Amino acid sequence: VCFIPGGLDCSISFVSHVLGKVCVHGRQKEILSVLVPRLTDLTKSDCIWQRICWRLVECVPDRWMEAVVLGFVQRAPRADVLSRLLGNLVVKNKKAQFVVTQKMLLLQYGHTTAVLQNLLGYLALDSLRRALLIKVLKELLETWGSSSAVKHCPPEQQQYISKAILICLSHLKEPEIESCRQELLTSMMEGVKCHLDSNLPQIRHLGMIVAESISSKINTDGPVLKFQYEEDDEARELKSLLVQTPPFCVVPSPPDDDRNDKADAALPGVLESNKKSHPAAPVKPEEESDAELDSDDDLIPYDMSEDKELKTKAPVYIRDCIEVLTGSEDVDKWEATVKALESLVRKNPAATREVSVELAKIVLHLEEKTCIEGFVELRQRAQVAILTTDPIPVAKYLTSQFYSLNYSLRQRVDILDVLVLAAQELSYPKSHGKTKHSDAQKPCIQLLPASDSSKDWRRIVDERIKSKTRRFATGQSQVERASGPNEFNSVAGHFFFPLIQHFDRPLMTFDLLGEDHFVLGRLVHALAILMYLAVNTVAVTAMGKALLEFVWALRFHTDSYVRQGLLSCISSVLLSVPAERLLEDVTEELLETQSWLGDVVEKDPDGDCKRLALQNLLLMENLKKKLKTIPS
Amino acid sequence: MALPPPDPQFVLRGTGAAIHTLHFSCGSQEPAVPVLFSGSENGFIHVWNLKTHRVDTALDGHGRKSVYCVETMGGKDQLLSQGRDQRICLWDLAEGRTAVTDSVCTENVGFCRCSLLKVAQGRWLMAMAAKALEEVQVLELPSKTSVCTLKPEVGAKLGMPMCLKLWQPSCGSQPLLLAGYEDGSVVLWNLSMGKALSQLVCHQEPVMSLDFDSEKAKGISGSSEKVLSIWSLNEQQSLQVYKTHKLVNAGISDITIRPDKKILATAGWDHRIRIFGWKNLKPLAVLDYHTATVHTVSFSDHKIPSERLLAAGSKDHRISIWSIYTQT
Repeated sequence: VCFIPGGLDCSISFVSHVLGKVCVHGRQKEILSVLVPRLTDLTKSDCIWQRICWRLVECVPDRWMEAVVLGFVQRAPRADVLSRLLGNLVVKNKKAQFVVTQKMLLLQYGHTTAVLQNLLGYLALDSLRRALLIKVLKELLETWGSSSAVKHCPPEQQQYISKAILICLSHLKEPEIESCRQELLTSMMEGVKCHLDSNLPQIRHLGMIVAESISSKINTDGPVLKFQYEEDDEARELKSLLVQTPPFCVVPSPPDDDRNDKADAALPGVLESNKKSHPAAPVKPEEESDAELDSDDDLIPYDMSEDKELKTKAPVYIRDCIEVLTGSEDVDKWEATVKALESLVRKNPAATREVSVELAKIVLHLEEKTCIEGFVELRQRAQVAILTTDPIPVAKYLTSQFYSLNYSLRQRVDILDVLVLAAQELSYPKSHGKTKHSDAQKPCIQLLPASDSSKDWRRIVDERIKSKTRRFATGQSQVERASGPNEFNSVAGHFFFPLIQHFDRPLMTFDLLGEDHFVLGRLVHALAILMYLAVNTVAVTAMGKALLEFVWALRFHTDSYVRQGLLSCISSVLLSVPAERLLEDVTEELLETQSWLGDVVEKDPDGDCKRLALQNLLLMENLKKKLKTIPS
Repeated sequence: MALPPPDPQFVLRGTGAAIHTLHFSCGSQEPAVPVLFSGSENGFIHVWNLKTHRVDTALDGHGRKSVYCVETMGGKDQLLSQGRDQRICLWDLAEGRTAVTDSVCTENVGFCRCSLLKVAQGRWLMAMAAKALEEVQVLELPSKTSVCTLKPEVGAKLGMPMCLKLWQPSCGSQPLLLAGYEDGSVVLWNLSMGKALSQLVCHQEPVMSLDFDSEKAKGISGSSEKVLSIWSLNEQQSLQVYKTHKLVNAGISDITIRPDKKILATAGWDHRIRIFGWKNLKPLAVLDYHTATVHTVSFSDHKIPSERLLAAGSKDHRISIWSIYTQT
């Protein structure tokens, strides 16, 4: 297609039609890859070409407008180029306005950050279009702040909307911020609440970063909102969007040096700037001359080998430990006891068994009296040691306390963690390599490999379960362990059934099905792990049946973390319960579960849930195949 | 093969309470008896006879509140004591008297020991923590007139003054004050102008004690952390860190340099007294006798070098007396 230069009055509506038709048939890439660069060059300085271009796009019929506009926005290298090419199309044409302000921002979320920058930059460049920018920002904030959106939108969409909000903020000027300050503040407050309520750390981070950015924009002189979170790549990338580079740069500025001060100030644990006096930097004495040594040589030092660090002795008997922990005023002794408790318990199993429940009670309620490093870990290890030494009574105690009044959420979650770790230890008796410490709970995103998926499921499920456990010590990796009897066998039921019993009975301070869905999520994951560890135990079929019923009761829970947990439960059941038992005793529950899984795969908004459900269906298929090949 | 550390020459028992302060007065000629003053937590000041190792007199002037500083003012007949009853008492002990001749009301509830400096015959300067939180007041004794009040500037956030030392660069010149504060910094004050000349952050924790050698213009400070900090004063009257020394256990309650400037002693929270050479801070000995925190150490002012003693008072109600490095 070639253009006729010169002062002729020409009608380009025919060209518009062609362009529109080509685009709508899906050939945007081909035609626009030629057209857009050409037009970019031609419109650089020539007004006439600019007007021709504008007429070109304006004349595209409405039914093809969307395809054309989408193509242009995606192809244009920069916001100012887009401005030259499209002009005020969004203001003049309703369809184009809808596509740019609604469809691309709120209904789609697959576009790259560069495209977002171009689009919003385009809106910001002309005064006529700026009104649209503000309107867009308000709508984005409304979506960002709505709790149903936070709960049901996939995380990728939420990230997209957050990016769009940050870019809009970066374009806003002072008077505009002034005019909508109140609205920004209200939407920020609502939005932050919904985001922080979520169980997924990614959503929480997004909420915190966006809220900080809004706060810094509207409160330029007062105190700004500051959250404490991990500065990972995503956070840095998002914050870099707040800084608007001049329109000659193509990509968003690299997130290192260009950050504005506010973003720097938001780093957690920022150190206060030093006072005016200089810090104590030692000045090396110049006169290190030998002449100094003479009179000092006269003074012969005495033997100082006895000069060691002062250490308080820890108690050697379990009952002494109980005394110190319950009553002692001597904080040094208390500290030494806490540090020594785990090894004492393990070395004296018989003595521990005599006082196990009492000791478990004391340690469960142990609060940090002095500042010990790694107190939480020490307490947890001590509890695990007590539980593995005397499983049945202590498990009874702990599971009953899980559902009792007046415990904090942290304590309840601690109980779950301790039960899981102890179960692991009991079922793998020889794995005690304490190497690394990692306490981050990584969300599980496992991609199903394209082919051969059925063989890898075991590995995937293993890894998933490993990543769900909040680990404080990792065992030795992947060495074939000498097999021994599974000590978890006799006690699995005691760990498992009490936890499942009372989940639907709300207490005054603890309502699993209501507000405390965080604990419910953790409970579900813990049950999945306990189920997995109960493989080859006697109670496994009964556990499997009970667990599937539990899953069935909760299957429509709105929290995606809980649903992920439920799906892991199903995987554990399928893996642990022997196939024959599954088929004979658990058939109805299995069929119901299968239909639910199909539902999840199709309709669940969360990507992780869908993948987990798919894996489960594959597992079931494999089981069926396996059973068919065994001669009955 | 290094010798094991020596045992105390003798141990004074009988105070019945933790000892917070010690001061020797042994400089007078024979037949005067060398004497050690000790202040205890039960409010008594005991005057120990170093020949008989017994208490000669017990002075009760602070209403049974802990005495945390005792100093002599020119001989053992005039004593100054500071207690937690917010008073500084001046005693006349000549000819067996035990009377409080005068007292200064400090209105300060802290633990900062006052510092005395003789500026002329019969005239003394005394620096003490004042009523307001960060201030130090300097009085002239015995007239009790205020010479100046040293206030840190607004926003300095130094905290309470923890320890003080008045000194004169050379005889007759203007006295200066070194003060260690709660935030870990040491400040050099000019008394005539009432202004701070220099400030140095020596520690991360409060400065518990300091001592200064005016001849070498070098000082040392100890804190509740594991580090001893040695700093020097240059010609422009500014403080700089010279060296730091890391200790085995954290916490120093008291530091004192021997009058001949050869060695210094530190009193530790780990129940040990440490002796260092002053020139290079070479560790010389660790004296491990007490069974609780050592609150105070003090060197005697004997004229004959071989008779010199070191005394340490501790929370375990004992005062240990040592004869160490007396040959030099």
